[in-house]
Amino acid sequence: MPVIEVRDLHKQYGAVAAVDGLSFHVDAGEVYALLGENGAGKSTAVEILEGHRRATSGTVEVLGVDPGSAGRAFRDRIGIVLQSSGVEAEFTVREVIEVYGGCYRSPRPIDEVVALVGLEEKVDARVGSLSGGQRRRVDLALGIVGRPEVLFLDEPTTGFDPSARRQSWDLIEALGADGTTVLLTTHYLDEAEHLASRVGVLSRGKMIAEGTPDELINRVSGTVVSFTVPDSIETADAAVTFAAVVGAEVRVSGRLVEVNVDRPTEAVHRLTGWAIDAGVELDSLSVGRASLEDVYLSLAEADRTVDGSAT
Amino acid sequence: MSEFPSTGRLLATQTRYQLVSFWRIPVAMFFTLGLPLIMLVLFNALFGNSTIVTPEGSWSTRQFYTGALAAFTAASATFTNLANMVPIRRDEGVLKRWRGTPLPTWTYIGGFICSAIVIAFVGVSLMVTLGVVAYDLQIDAAKMPAAFVTFLVGVASFAALGMALASLVKSATSASAAANAIILPLAFVSNIFIQLDDAPRWIEVFGNLFPLKPFAEAFQACFTPFVEAPAFQWDKLAFIAAWGVVGLVVALRKFTWEPSGSAPRSRRARRAATS
Repeated sequence: MPVIEVRDLHKQYGAVAAVDGLSFHVDAGEVYALLGENGAGKSTAVEILEGHRRATSGTVEVLGVDPGSAGRAFRDRIGIVLQSSGVEAEFTVREVIEVYGGCYRSPRPIDEVVALVGLEEKVDARVGSLSGGQRRRVDLALGIVGRPEVLFLDEPTTGFDPSARRQSWDLIEALGADGTTVLLTTHYLDEAEHLASRVGVLSRGKMIAEGTPDELINRVSGTVVSFTVPDSIETADAAVTFAAVVGAEVRVSGRLVEVNVDRPTEAVHRLTGWAIDAGVELDSLSVGRASLEDVYLSLAEADRTVDGSAT
Repeated sequence: MSEFPSTGRLLATQTRYQLVSFWRIPVAMFFTLGLPLIMLVLFNALFGNSTIVTPEGSWSTRQFYTGALAAFTAASATFTNLANMVPIRRDEGVLKRWRGTPLPTWTYIGGFICSAIVIAFVGVSLMVTLGVVAYDLQIDAAKMPAAFVTFLVGVASFAALGMALASLVKSATSASAAANAIILPLAFVSNIFIQLDDAPRWIEVFGNLFPLKPFAEAFQACFTPFVEAPAFQWDKLAFIAAWGVVGLVVALRKFTWEPSGSAPRSRRARRAATS
C-alpha cells in the first residue's frame, strides 16, 4: 500500500497553475525524488503533502490521511525539512534539538541526532553562529528528531559543499535503508540519480516522466558521444554541421557538443571519418553512458517544443 | 508507542524557551525592562519634586511616575514585545517550522504569551520595588488584589492586541515600526510620561479612546493615597478587557504562520486561487 498517494492534484495561484494535474505515489520505504527546475511546482506539491497548503482540487493521502485536515498524530509520524525556514538563532544546536524533539512521542536521543547529521563539533554552538551548510544540517536534524515514518526533504543539500552533500546523501540513504519513506525534491540530477529508487520529472506543474533512474536513462538514446568544437568550425554553425555528420540531433553548450545515439560505433565512425577528411582534431572525444541529466535536458527540450507549437 | 507529553509540560517548556530567547536578545531586554526604569529615574530626577493637584487631592510626582511607568512596562512587555517578536519568528520561518511539528499550535502561541506576561510581571515588580525604595511609593496591602487583577486584565488585553497587530502587519520591519508608532504617542496622551491635567480637551478625549490610559489610571489607583481600598476600577477594567476581546478576534481571524511573500495572503487572493 502506498504511503503517499497523489491523484490529479491542482494548485492555482490566481491565473497561475503551480501544480497542474499531478499524480504519483510513493511506496513504503521508497526514496522518491521530484526533479525539476525552480518554479516547476515541486515545493508547492510537497507543501500540500506536508499539510502546509491546501490543494485547489485533487486528492492527497499521506499515511492514509489527508494532510490538510490531519492533526497532531499525523505530524508525529512525519518529518519536514522545508526549503527555507529559520531556527531560533539564540539557541545552541543541542537546545533546539531538545525543545523540538520534546514535542514528539518518542524522539531520538540528542546525541544520536547530532551524530547522524554530523554536527558533533557544533552541538554547543549557537545556531546563529553556524555556516549556511551547518544550519541546513540543523534543519535535517529537526526533520529526523521525531523518528518520522515519512520524511519530506525540500532541496535538502542546496548550498552544501561537496563533502557535506556526500554526508547528507549517506544519511538519507541510511534512513531509506532503515525503512523511512523519503520524498525528496531536488534540481540536482546527480542527487536524484544517486538517492532515489524512483524519480518523477516535473515541468510547469506537470509530471513529464517517471521511473527508476535506469528506466529514465534508457528512454533516451543510451549513449552520449561528446567532444569539443574544433577551432575551424564556428560555434554557431556547430549544431547544424554535426547534426548532418552524425545524423542525429546534437546539443551545443559553450564549445561542448553532445549527442545521444543508439549506435555509438557508427556515430563515432562517422565523426572521426569527417574529422580526418577535414583535417581537424576532435578534442576531448568521449563515449559514455547517458545520465539523468541527458534525460532531463531532452525532456525539458521536448516540453518547451510542445509549448512552442501550442502558442 | 509512548504518549505525547502533557499539555502543561509543553506549555511550560515553550514559556521557558521564549524567556531564554528574550534573555539572550539584549536589545529586547533593554527596551522592555531597562528603558522604563531609566525613564523612572530620569523623570523623577527632572520633575520629582513638584506636586500634582488632582480632584482627589495633591500628591508628589514621585509617586505618580512609578504606577504609570509600571503600567507602561506591562504594556511594552506584552503588546510591543509580541508585536515585534512574533512577526520576526514568522519572517524567519520559525512559525512555519513549528506548525509542521506535533506541538499543538496554540501551545506555541501560548508559550509566547505566557513568557510576555512573566516578563511584564518582572518589569512591574522591578518598577514597584524601585518606587518603594527610592521614591516613597506607598504600598497598601488591601489594594494589592486590585493591583494584581488590574495587571492581569491589562497584560491579557495588551497581549491580545499585540497578537492582533502581529497578524495584521506583513513583515517584521513594519511590525516593529507600527508597534512603536502606536505605543509611544499613546503613552504621551495616557498619563504615563506627563500628568495631563491642563491638557487640551481633544488630547484627553483621544487618550480615553484607547486602553493604555485606563490601564495606567487603574494601576495608579492602587498606589495613590486618595483611592480607598480595595481600589478596583471596574469600569476601566471592563473597557480594557473589551479592547482585549477586539484584539483576540482580530488575531484569531487574521493570524498566519507563513512568512509573507511565500503565498498569496489576502482573502481576495485566496478566493481567486480557489475559484
